Amino acid sequence: MPELLEVKDLKTQFFTRDGVVKAVDGVSFQLAAGETLGIVGESGCGKSVTALSLMRLIPQPPGKIVAGSIVFDGQDILKMDDDDVRAIRGNNIAMIFQDPMTSLNPVLTISRQIAEALELHLKMDRAEAKKRTIELLELVNIPSAKKRADDYPHQFSGGMRQRVMIAMALSCNPKLILADEPTTALDVTIQAQILDLLKNLAREFRTAFILITHDLGVVAGMTQRIHVMYGGQIVEKADTGELFANPKMPYTWGLLRSIPRLDEARKAKLLPIEGLPPDLIAPPPGCRFEPRCQYRHEICSQQVPELKHIPNSKPDHEARCFGTQEGGWLVNTDWRHDVGSLEQLEAIKAEIADLPLEAKRAEASGDTPPPPSV
Amino acid sequence: MLQYTIRRLLLIIPTMFFVALITFGLTRAAPGSPFDRNENRPLPQATIDRLNRLYGIDRPVTEQFALFLGNALRFDFGSSLVKDRQVTDIIGQGLPVTAQLGVQALILSLAISLPLGVISALKQNSMVDYGSLFFATVGYTIPPFVIAIVLIFIFAVDLRLLPIVGWGDIKHMILPTVVLALGPAAFITRITRASMLEAIRQDYVRTARSKGLREQVVIVSHVMKNAMIPVATIIGPATAGLITGSFIIETLFSVPGIGRLYVLSINQSDYPVIMATTLLYAFFIMVANISVDIVYGILDPRIKLAH
Repeated sequence: MPELLEVKDLKTQFFTRDGVVKAVDGVSFQLAAGETLGIVGESGCGKSVTALSLMRLIPQPPGKIVAGSIVFDGQDILKMDDDDVRAIRGNNIAMIFQDPMTSLNPVLTISRQIAEALELHLKMDRAEAKKRTIELLELVNIPSAKKRADDYPHQFSGGMRQRVMIAMALSCNPKLILADEPTTALDVTIQAQILDLLKNLAREFRTAFILITHDLGVVAGMTQRIHVMYGGQIVEKADTGELFANPKMPYTWGLLRSIPRLDEARKAKLLPIEGLPPDLIAPPPGCRFEPRCQYRHEICSQQVPELKHIPNSKPDHEARCFGTQEGGWLVNTDWRHDVGSLEQLEAIKAEIADLPLEAKRAEASGDTPPPPSV
Repeated sequence: MLQYTIRRLLLIIPTMFFVALITFGLTRAAPGSPFDRNENRPLPQATIDRLNRLYGIDRPVTEQFALFLGNALRFDFGSSLVKDRQVTDIIGQGLPVTAQLGVQALILSLAISLPLGVISALKQNSMVDYGSLFFATVGYTIPPFVIAIVLIFIFAVDLRLLPIVGWGDIKHMILPTVVLALGPAAFITRITRASMLEAIRQDYVRTARSKGLREQVVIVSHVMKNAMIPVATIIGPATAGLITGSFIIETLFSVPGIGRLYVLSINQSDYPVIMATTLLYAFFIMVANISVDIVYGILDPRIKLAH
């Protein structure tokens, strides 16, 4: 099957006063038509920037896509002129944003905001667009859609607004939907409803989607494949089932370990990943996870590992880790039982203790994201 | 909405009453009388007494106020103590001039400030932006009478392009209108710029862009529609500023409007004129504020006017 989307070596950087932030640093992946992909990682690992880059919505300045190609439907989005990109936005690729409370325009009615795209891309007149808008609102289960179409966003709850965002994204029958943390701002009960809705509608419309989240639990039942991102790079790619059953990257192990489990003893402590995400202005020279990795060897801080196929795993399973790659020292390690070298864990903790006060305060004030949870 | 408007309009009545009460009290408490102004040729005390009796100024203040109220309800403000003409006549002559000056200045200031504010927000930190900051700082910090004198010096005295003072044809109107417009224009430019920058950073602007809308459409129907709400709310106070600002401008340029009349009447303790002009100004400012509140409710769907 020809690929719908082929991203190659994408590099997006932000030029700030402190230096160049390499937010996305050489990300490559493919997506077939109708396929679903999850991108998982901590805040600041570059997942949202990747999504915004796909639609060329990076605010410029300070941001800039400095290298790579994004071939969508046979055409490189990065080489298009602005008019062609606009013809794709909202039409072939649509986006659902994180915060439904701020992502809708407060002074325009719901129907106006959905109809806008219909009039623009599908050349509908006002009446047609209005009719279609009401159908779309019914599709996303807005009760008495006809009456509520002319309401303003403030008259809708958070969950309803995210439904409106989904209706808006689906309006022009896109081939790809980018959902950037679509449920992070919602209550847990509403999260499940919204995810179900998104999954079912995408299946019904045969729309491919990329679900971006920091929450492994969210992607578990949602997407066919998962890419784990760390420090602006993809560090592991696998089928969803394979990733949970047979992860091959110490960072992914850390993420999985930090999920609280229902079947564990109550007193059992969660194992967080010690340390801070890397500084993307001056990332570690070798493996980006090396400073926080309790399995690290000499080589990890000296050479950059490639994203490569991993022995003892499915053919499309790749990871960026010297330890788990062919001939590595972690090939036969069972992550559930072997937490790595205790001395190294202590060394990491000691390093954190030596951090300048500022970094520690940042850590304490919650600048580091909470560990992913289910 | 209608109910709200009616209620706000009815509230004008008690407000006007208190404005009248306070102003009346203040004029009578101020030292001096309308008839002791000419120090070189003071009137004999007998004449002053006769005049006081004629205009009822010798009666108790409460009685005077009651009389004033009764007459004012019939739009009879009596005659000027200085000019021997009906107050309504004098105001009827000055009001069109002041209104014309005010409306011209308002239009000019909006015509300058809205585009300038929008452009300096869209081209943040560009030469245009710095230019507009300079304009706003000058317009807002240098008092209008200083600017007026500088402009008179340049355009009237030096270049002899415009008349120095007076009122008549368009040439007379240019300087007073420009000077009067400058302050509000500077203020509205800054507000427009700030509120555009605030709106342009919002998430819904990114959503609008992600729909594939053209940048002009994003700016006009998504950014500006939000950014204009705070701007609309300050046009009320700005209008009030134009009205009160015109006291100085009219006096400086000898414009025969009610602003100059007002200042003169206070200097002369011309009680009936002071009362009538004060009430007129109060009325204008209240109507301006009510209009702004109504426009606010129309622009921002989150505001409910019923309460």
